[in-house]
Formats: sequence, C-alpha cells, structure tokens
Amino acid sequence: MSLYKITRERRSQLWLRIRRNWQLYVLLALPLLWLLVFRYAPMYGAQIAFRQYMPAIGIEGSPWVGLANFERFFNSPKFAPVIINTVVLSFYSLIVFPIPIILALSLNQVRSRLFRSSVQMITYAPHFISTVVIVGMLYQFLHPRVGFTATLANMLGQSPPNWMGNPGAFRHIFVWSNVWQDMGFNAIIYLAVLTTIDPALHEAAVVDGANRLQRIRYIDLPGLLPVAMVLLVLSTGRVLEIAFEKVYLMQSPLNLGVSEVINTYVYKVGLLSPILDFSYSTAIGLLKGIVGLLLLIAVNHAARRLTENSVW
Amino acid sequence: MASMTSYESNINQVNESAFDRFFMMGNTAFLLVITVIVLLPLVFVVAASFSSAEAVIAGRVILWPVDFSLLGYETIFEHSKVWNGFANSLFYTFFGTIFNVTMTIIAAYPLSRQDLVGRRVIIIAFIFTMLFSGGLIPTYLVVRDLGMLNTRWAMILPTGIGPFNLLIAITFFRTTIPPELHEAARIDGASDFRIFRSIILPLARPIIAVLALFYAVNTHWNTYFQALIYLKDQELFPLQLVLREILIQNSIDASMLIDIEDLKAREGLRELLRYSLIVVASVPVMLLYPFVQKHFVKGMTLGSVK
Repeated sequence: MSLYKITRERRSQLWLRIRRNWQLYVLLALPLLWLLVFRYAPMYGAQIAFRQYMPAIGIEGSPWVGLANFERFFNSPKFAPVIINTVVLSFYSLIVFPIPIILALSLNQVRSRLFRSSVQMITYAPHFISTVVIVGMLYQFLHPRVGFTATLANMLGQSPPNWMGNPGAFRHIFVWSNVWQDMGFNAIIYLAVLTTIDPALHEAAVVDGANRLQRIRYIDLPGLLPVAMVLLVLSTGRVLEIAFEKVYLMQSPLNLGVSEVINTYVYKVGLLSPILDFSYSTAIGLLKGIVGLLLLIAVNHAARRLTENSVW
Repeated sequence: MASMTSYESNINQVNESAFDRFFMMGNTAFLLVITVIVLLPLVFVVAASFSSAEAVIAGRVILWPVDFSLLGYETIFEHSKVWNGFANSLFYTFFGTIFNVTMTIIAAYPLSRQDLVGRRVIIIAFIFTMLFSGGLIPTYLVVRDLGMLNTRWAMILPTGIGPFNLLIAITFFRTTIPPELHEAARIDGASDFRIFRSIILPLARPIIAVLALFYAVNTHWNTYFQALIYLKDQELFPLQLVLREILIQNSIDASMLIDIEDLKAREGLRELLRYSLIVVASVPVMLLYPFVQKHFVKGMTLGSVK
C-alpha cells in the first residue's frame, strides 16, 4: 500500500470517528462558544496594550504605538514599588505553605476519632467566610479602641496597638489572616494523601524501633512531598490573581506604600481614575502575566533543587 | 483508612515508648492551641454581636455577650439595603450556579471520552486560561460590547467554566464510568444524547453536588469583584458589595441610626451593627456547611490527588 493510500485511509477513519461522535460535539458547542467569547476574545483584545486605544474608533482602528505604554510604566515612579510589593507579598504568601502540612501530619497522629474530626471541622470552617467579612473582622478584631486586641491590651495595662493603621503590619496581617482562614482547608488534601501511604512502612519502622517523630520525618513527610511541591507550584501561578480582592479591601491611604500591587494598580488606572487609560492599564496587566510566569519558573526551580520534585 | 487506624492503634498498644507518649501529649496540646486560635475571633464576633452597644464600645466584650441585646440584629433587619443585597446574592448564586454546573458537565463528559477527536487540544485550551488571561480591561471591554454592563447578566455569564472545576469533573467521569459502558449502550442502539441523559447524568450526582458547592460558595456568594467592576446600580448590588460599604468603607447611612440622638450611642450602634452583620452574612454558608462537608472533602481530593 502506498503512503498516499495509508494517509487517505487514516483520514477517512478520523472523519468516521468524528462523525460517529457528532452528538458529543453538539454538547461541547456551548462551552466552546463561551470559552471563545469570554476568555479568548479578551486575549485578542489585549493587543490594545500596544495601541493607543480610542473608544470612538474601537480596538482595530486605534493607532499602534509599539511599546510606548510599557515604557511609560517603566519610567513611572510607581513602577518599582508596585512590582516590589507584588513580589514580596506573593513570596511571603508562599513561604507559609508548610503550615497546612504540619497540621495534617499532626492530625494524622490523633487516635481519637471524635477529637480529630472536631479539630478538622473547626479549623476549616473559616474557609467559608467571604473575603469582605474576613477583612471586616480584621478591622473589628484589631480595632484600636473597641477591638479584641485593644481590650486585651487594656487588661494587661498596655496601650492598645493600632495594627490596621500601621503600614509595617500590613503584610503580616494579610498573610497570617490567610493562614488562619485556610490552613484547615488546605490540610484536607494532605490528610487524604497520608491515608494512601502503605501501612507496611510504618509497621517495619516500628519493628526497627522508630518513634513517632521519626516515622513522621522519614515516612509521612517524604510521602507528602511530591503533592506538596505540585500544589506549591500551582498556587504560585494563582497567587498574583487571588490577592486582589483582599488587598484592595485592606488598602488605606496609610498603607498604600506597601499595599499597592499590580492588580490593584491596574484596576485604579483602568477603571477608577478620572481619565480612564485602557491601553496603559492593559499593558501593566500583561506585565503581571510575565511576572507571574517568572515567579512560577523560580518556584518550580527551587522545588526541584530542594526536593527533586517539580511540575516540569 | 479505617483499617489502617485500627491497625496502628494495635501496634501502639503493644509498644508505646515514653517518648511516643510524651510526643502524643505535645501533639494534642498543639492541636488544642490551633483550635483555640481559630475559634477565638469567631467567638469574639458572635459574642459582641449579642452584646449591648455600650458594652461593645467600652471594650468590655471578650468571649461572652455582655448585657445581652438583639439591637444590632433588629437594626439590620430593618435595613432594606442589606435585604436587597441578600436577595440579589441569592439570585446570582442560584442562577449562576445552575449555569456554571450545566456548562461544566456538558463540557466535561465529552472531554472525558477517550474516543473524542481533538479532546487534548480543547482541554489544553481550557487549562491555558489558568495561566494566562487577557486581563481586566480587555475582559471588561468584551462585557461592555455585549451590552451587559450594569445588568444581571454580567454577574452570571462571564463566570462560565472554572478550569479547575472542569478538570475535577473530567477526572470524575474518567474514573467512575468505564468505557465498556459506552460500548454496551452503543451496541444497544443508544445515541450519545441518550447515554448522556439516561446513564451519565444519574451517575454524575456526586460530582454535580461538588461542583454546585464550589461554584456557589467560591464563584458567587463570597465574591464581590465582578460586581465591583460591572455594576453601577445600587439596586443590583450583591450582599458582599453592601457589606463592603458598611464594614470597610464605614458608610452607614444616617437613616439606620435616625432614632438615636446621643452621639456616643450612635457610635456604639455603628460598631455593634458591624458585628451583627458579619454574623448574618456568614450564617447561610455556615449552615450549609455541615451537610455538604463530605462532598467538599471528596471534591478537593478528587481534583488534587488523582
């Protein structure tokens, strides 16, 4: 059989398979249409970062300006602080990733079912509280006059701290309130992985005289590492995105110096300022994509160097 | 899981060293501390919400209501803006979740079929949106050009399919429905539509529950970002945006406090109101949570471990 014939036969087989499943493509049609309109059309529209967008003319008619919008951002006094704030806040958010692992390892040791499920239930309840409410709670709890910390400080004869008004405390409050909210929820995955570890390993270790801490160190922890690294790298990809809602709520004129990150700046330039600058805002947004990608590569690299596990 | 636990306790009964006993005590103490840290702010907020305005502003509330009062709740219930936001959030969450789940299921089933030509490319096209997006403004422009700004559509249609949720659903179909089932149904003369309706949908109930939960809580009830960019009209605001005004931006309109002359009492009620509002806003999801907890855990594990 000639090559031509083979390819033709293959092609007709392919066509047969497609035709046989035509109803599956009908099911897929609506989701694909949605994907095109709401996800890929904006990617096409992102070209306004390289144009000077004029609302009256539309995207395609607006003149090309090359990298002018990017240069403008590089030369802006906002450039360095915004990038630094974004990177620092992201890294800080990432380095607390072992906490849910510790929680899972610790819960895994508990023998009483009741105690274990109570602790689990309580620690992951805060996950379901909305960001607005969490930040509202922070304001109330840390209120310099009527908050819990103020009451406590008064009882101890100290002057009440004003953490929400203190720019130096912004990053700590942001990250540790995240830990408070999500450690229990994030521990779920690790607990599930722990149940897949072969009990024979523990049995052998006990026979060899290993204590519980040693078994955690040499059996449980290595068992969690691959999943932990994958999750770490994946959350790196998302860390720049998720931050917006909470950072924006926690911003005040006092802490803007440390709390202005790329996403909040993009929003303000694009939709809040008196002169809306769509092109400039889009350019900064694209830059965020690049920062995110670099961050991802850095974390993946670190994960591979340290643990020999990585996503790619 | 259960077998491992009982097996473990067997070993431990036999030879529990002094170190291990000490370690377990430390471990229990550690977990108790964590639990207290998580509970403390929650208990404080609930306690304050049931206290009197004077006790709240004097900073006398710690872990128990002081001068028990329902004034904060009564004030909220009279406030139409909060109720309007509540109703809007219910609307967006209900219809939005139906839309999300439908779209995800009808996309996930075909994409779970190994014999679908082009499924890899389509899956990658979805995953790619996790790594890169057009950004805030280009998305805003699309929504604007579709004429959806400041309409309820803007709260529902752009949310569509979450790539992570799609992957969970694909994994579910791939692991729970054997390919032979399709073959058998095909031989019996069933079309793909028929298979989907009569076999797949009934089997998909657990994954539908998980997806509904993820979308309802994470995409709709708890977010405010979409509303912030797309909505201008106060009448359309979801609860979270109303909460933001009251909890964060400090704008409680005077009509809520109109009966109170005394400035100090007014200030007290303002604080009290916030606590009550935090409780009211979180209760619906919290009530749901014990019932759906198992599904949530299943969904998380399904998406990540497999």
